Amino acid sequence: MSFERPAARVADVEPDDLLNKRGPLGPPQSMPARPQSPPTQPYASGLGTPAGTEPGLSVTLRGLRAFYGANEAVRGVDLEFNANEVTAIIGPSGCGKSTMVRCINRMHEEIPGARAEGKVLLDELDIYDGAVDVVAVRRAIGMVFQKPNPFPTMSVFDNVAAGLRLTMRGRSQGSKAELRAKVEAALRSAGLWDEVADRLGEPGAGLSGGQQQRLCIARSLAVNPEVILMDEPCSALDPIATLKIEELIDQLKRRVTIVIVTHNMQQAARVADRTAFMLDGRLIEVGATQEIFTTPGDPRTEEYVTGKFG
Amino acid sequence: MSARGASAQQLARFAVAPSRRRRDRLARAGILAATAIALIPLALIIYYLLRKGLGSWSPSFFSSDPTGNTFFRSASIGGIKSAILGTIEIVALASAISIPVGIGVAVWLVEYGKDGRLASTVRFFIDVLTGVPSIVFGLFIYIVLIVGTGTSYAGYKGSFALGLLMLPVVTRSAEVILLLVPNGLREAALALGAPRWRVIARIVLPTALAGLLTGVLLAVARAAGETAPLLFTAASTLKTNLNLDQFTNSLPVQIYNDVTSPTTAVVNRAWGAALTLVLMIGALNVIARLIAHRSRLS
Repeated sequence: MSFERPAARVADVEPDDLLNKRGPLGPPQSMPARPQSPPTQPYASGLGTPAGTEPGLSVTLRGLRAFYGANEAVRGVDLEFNANEVTAIIGPSGCGKSTMVRCINRMHEEIPGARAEGKVLLDELDIYDGAVDVVAVRRAIGMVFQKPNPFPTMSVFDNVAAGLRLTMRGRSQGSKAELRAKVEAALRSAGLWDEVADRLGEPGAGLSGGQQQRLCIARSLAVNPEVILMDEPCSALDPIATLKIEELIDQLKRRVTIVIVTHNMQQAARVADRTAFMLDGRLIEVGATQEIFTTPGDPRTEEYVTGKFG
Repeated sequence: MSARGASAQQLARFAVAPSRRRRDRLARAGILAATAIALIPLALIIYYLLRKGLGSWSPSFFSSDPTGNTFFRSASIGGIKSAILGTIEIVALASAISIPVGIGVAVWLVEYGKDGRLASTVRFFIDVLTGVPSIVFGLFIYIVLIVGTGTSYAGYKGSFALGLLMLPVVTRSAEVILLLVPNGLREAALALGAPRWRVIARIVLPTALAGLLTGVLLAVARAAGETAPLLFTAASTLKTNLNLDQFTNSLPVQIYNDVTSPTTAVVNRAWGAALTLVLMIGALNVIARLIAHRSRLS
């Protein structure tokens, strides 16, 4: 079974879904179409899909500012996350990393009193445009949180299926067999299938912490996002579980763009193609991970990565 | 004993002062006495209920309606069947009205209203409603649905009065439970691209289900024991009545009527009915506790 990928993303997320018809824009704008890709190989075993067949989308921040009431947590960030790369965001606590990432799938605005300014472009579409449906944005840009948060009332299977059941319209959910196949594919992609294949009916909250986090990754993969945001996904996990997630990230970047917030600089060095350093709500520096850790351009970056503060 | 004994100096520093020991004992005795005083009336109520109530229990006590006979020792006074069924009917309808509305209000307060001005106003009025004496609800329904419409007493009017009484209880308990649902679950579902109503229907409410049930059962238990809202809305009658458009008997009102009777047997029937009512409400409370115990949120 493969993740069937429609030729154009528009078929997946209908324009009606995406666009508020009362929006101010004249010509209907649609979610950027994923580049044409050949039919994917079945998931015979193992992780991920063949390299290059499932491109993600780039994300560009332009003058992004985020507020909690009057407090400005992100103070004008311009940053590009390249498609199918892993970009790590590092920086001391309270520097606005998480807030910035939560602006990318518009979860920031769920907090009472919070708002964002500036542009966030998914490929070329500004997701803060008045005509864009926030629900469609979140389907395209998945998120994994710091603390594993499987739905406590649901089984392992239902947790993964939840993404599909919660987002699809009643009839478009497809047959049970299709659902099963999608759940299996998502669990395989998250490297969890072999561990839970015989306990799909058990509560998702009964898994270990690391398994729960991979379950959450499977849950977000099931809805076929182009981008996955990870907000310190390993901070609640032990080193072995962390290693598994990191291996997984390496597999997943073939099909999604990944933005990972981390406090762990070794982790950034291990998983990220590029690394961005933030301080006090501002982007200090971004570049190839190797470069940031060995020959940073800014003295503050150097101080941080060498552990002089933070 | 340790090899090296404590020095006298050390002992003097760490020994409990006699005065403190005395104060400790005094405080403990005081708290114990307060607990005992609180428990005494409770134990007496249960004792009298059992002693006086059990005597009037018999199979026919539960299977026959009151006959209305209070004068002739030779004739039967009947049982409390109509009161038991009437209470169940009236409370069931009251629940059917107040539970969906109450939980709906709570969902709005927690998921949409949050800390807004309208939500604060709603919360304030719900708190006011919680403090309204139960007879006022009866009076309100009496004025509106009986005097206002020029019609007579009816079971469903009693249900409306009880429903009004239950509404703030259901709303407040549901609100507290919904606030306990971890925000991370809402965020996880929203981040999957779920519309808010689906997050509420598929994630928030199922997660809170056990707690919601507990609150609902406690509200039902509270309503089932109320006399005042029923006195001049549902009134009372002798016959078992499955039509809530008619006068409908209920346990609290029958108890109220029976204890004022000069006939000993009728007063004893009030005790039997009281024991029945207490056991019914007690059962609801036990079920509520069992559910709360199993809740994932507690």
